[in-house]
Amino acid sequence: MTKLILTVDDSASMRMLLKTSLTAQGYRIESANDGQHGLERMHEVKPDLLITDINMPKMDGFELIEAVRALNEFRGTPILVLSTEFSDEKKTRAREAGATGWITKPFEATKLGAAIRRVCP
Amino acid sequence: MSDELDEIQAIFFEECTEGLTTAEEGLSAMQAGDVSAEIIAGVFRAVHSIKGGAGAFGHTDLTAFAHKFENVLDEVRAGKIAPTPGVVKVMLSSFDILSDHVAAARGTGPRPNDAATLVLLEQVLANKGVDGDDAGAPAAAAPAPEPTAAPAGEADEFGFVPVGVSLDDFDAPASEPAPLGNWIVRFGPSRAALANAGEPLLVIREVESLGGWIESVDTSALPGLRDLDCEDSYFVWTLGVPGEVEQSMIADCFDFVPPDSIVEITRAEVAAPAPAPAAEEADEFGFTPVGVSLDDFDVPAPEAAPVAPALKLVEPAVEEAAAKAAPERAAAAEAAQTIRVDLGKLDLLLNLVGELVIRNSILADRLSPADQQRVELPELARLTRQIQDNVMSLRAQPIKQAFSRVPRMLRDLSTETGKKILLETTGETTEVDKGVIEKIGDPLTHMIRNAADHGLESAEERIAAGKSPEGTIKLSAEQRGARIFVRVSDNGRGIDRERVKAKAIEKGIIPADAQLTNEEIDQLICAPGFSTAATISNISGRGVGMDVVRSNVEALGGRLEISSTPGQGTSFTMVLPLTLAILDGMIVRLAGQRFVLPLSNVLETVQPEPGQVKRTSPDSEVIDMRGSYVPVKRATEIFGLNDDRAIEDSLVVIVESESAGRVGLVVDTIDDRREVVIKSLDQNLHPIRGLGGATILGDGSIALILDIEALVASPTRYTPKGLAA
Repeated sequence: MTKLILTVDDSASMRMLLKTSLTAQGYRIESANDGQHGLERMHEVKPDLLITDINMPKMDGFELIEAVRALNEFRGTPILVLSTEFSDEKKTRAREAGATGWITKPFEATKLGAAIRRVCP
Repeated sequence: MSDELDEIQAIFFEECTEGLTTAEEGLSAMQAGDVSAEIIAGVFRAVHSIKGGAGAFGHTDLTAFAHKFENVLDEVRAGKIAPTPGVVKVMLSSFDILSDHVAAARGTGPRPNDAATLVLLEQVLANKGVDGDDAGAPAAAAPAPEPTAAPAGEADEFGFVPVGVSLDDFDAPASEPAPLGNWIVRFGPSRAALANAGEPLLVIREVESLGGWIESVDTSALPGLRDLDCEDSYFVWTLGVPGEVEQSMIADCFDFVPPDSIVEITRAEVAAPAPAPAAEEADEFGFTPVGVSLDDFDVPAPEAAPVAPALKLVEPAVEEAAAKAAPERAAAAEAAQTIRVDLGKLDLLLNLVGELVIRNSILADRLSPADQQRVELPELARLTRQIQDNVMSLRAQPIKQAFSRVPRMLRDLSTETGKKILLETTGETTEVDKGVIEKIGDPLTHMIRNAADHGLESAEERIAAGKSPEGTIKLSAEQRGARIFVRVSDNGRGIDRERVKAKAIEKGIIPADAQLTNEEIDQLICAPGFSTAATISNISGRGVGMDVVRSNVEALGGRLEISSTPGQGTSFTMVLPLTLAILDGMIVRLAGQRFVLPLSNVLETVQPEPGQVKRTSPDSEVIDMRGSYVPVKRATEIFGLNDDRAIEDSLVVIVESESAGRVGLVVDTIDDRREVVIKSLDQNLHPIRGLGGATILGDGSIALILDIEALVASPTRYTPKGLAA
């Protein structure tokens, strides 16, 4: 079955870039434009994977992940965070929030695909 | 695909524009003293997004600069650098460079020289502030912690864990040049690796996708069922990967594995070629221990056991709450959602609505007043009008976009003129048709330059006049009825009417004995070829004057109003139509054919008395209008229509034009006055001088719309000297 991915990013171009790249790799994509919207969409679409940006208005990516992880329903949902760089500090922060993994922007389609395969069966 | 990317890139640039606006507003607020966390976070986010997108599209210069800028903003956000006026100033100039970088990436500007600004940013980072500024925040340990400074580029990829290349176990020299030994990977996920929905199996699959295999699994740590904690991890895998695979690619697979797990990547001795078992077998082998040990006890799989019931218990409650909250959520989601629509589609929609309006009036014309069906007409007309208004509003954008470049312009002007200028902006959210916004940029720029250069006095002059040393320029927009008023006013010296008049006489724009009202004198500023600046300055004296502003505004179907009080200031107001697609028109006949005359140009109409129209030369006529002579044009001659009607049997419509002032146009009759939907001709016909478009009238016939400016533009009244410049 086609996997459904929810992407959360406040930048429309980034959402489109993700969508273009992931649709080409056979995923179905839903998207949201900030953390709060993302949390709402989680309930609606119940994705197989959540990919979220960190810096967003209203609710940032870490807050979104914490809120999602706090829900029993999504305890087992893999989550990837997107950011332009991942220092060890940031990786620890992401892991503490409940992220399963991360993707560095800008991403290559192949690396993006590999990162997803590592967290989403 | 590349088209798609271009499209996404176009959206990225739109976002850049929005981001820059946000950043500038934030920085201006910071400059004004508002350094709240929210403002700083907004600026940070804007710059961060620009950097992210720029990276994705390969704009390296933009990325690099935005990165440095972002570093400083990050420190400010974290409270490590205090946003003192000095720091904010550096950020403002960084903003300017960033805007230029965006323009360069977009191909609309040259690459800016950012070296000096980069040095400033570097200093701010290093000193945690700006020298000479008050102390700043207590200096934190070191400058921004850059991502781990490991030797090679690939180190970044797996900076998470010290990849223990423990050669002890294998006792192999790493220096064999001949065939590469296979990689041996020991992988023992920690308890944490299973948290956050982590799944070691997928990591192993990823290794397999590199051509790897499972060599063996150490299950010795697996406790008895009684002591088994299903959330803990007990296995250590030994994996093999072909020697040709790069180490970094293997390490990549383990990127998400927490640092407390065992991940050791080592090279095996060449002498011991690893037997590569079939993948299925390996899988089987890797995972059977779990199955076997549990089957023996005849219980469900451990991972599922405790978790699933817990889920079942909680789920109904969650569902219920979710169902309750659903409508609110839907509403909130609706409010937050926007879609981007190609402008071409909106234009098409607007066109179609135009057709609908036309069909509507055709229907009204065709149905006789007695017809029973007529009762439906007013409702149909009302609905059509509503659709039309709604489609118009789709094209409406906040005027903010046109205002956004003003603050920077004023900063530059302030530097160039040495005048201190404050900017006050109101009504930025006023919505105007996108086409109008695109076209008011230039006139607005010129009005601002004019106000800064001519309107405001120097600080000394202001103090001498008992004013505050800083001049203020107010920029405002408001909607009144179907018109938008965009005003630029200053609290400067006002228009020196004596000087303006003297200059106009000197330039031959008005006769020496002309009696003019104050308003008429003010309007002279917009006469072609007029410039009052004593010296042609670099700022507003670029060879174009306010006449260009006026003609631009009039080309938009608007007008320019000027008011001035000596010693207190001047204000210029652009009065613009809400939309460019609908025109208030006068339906006239020329040689029997119907044409539309834009009503905004019409001053009055005259039924000429015998002798009121006089021939002054073989090919020019004037009409005596209460003592002043107005040139008369026959559009029929310009269009080559056959017209032998005597002028006394015709009407003369007096129109106001920018280039030629008042002109009388000879028409046969005036049929009607109505709003018409403008249909562009340029896609079907070559541009025809004097025609601005076409429309379809109620009876279905086509009428051409007259372009007054083009029609009357000829040097009959005075020579527009300034126009050439």
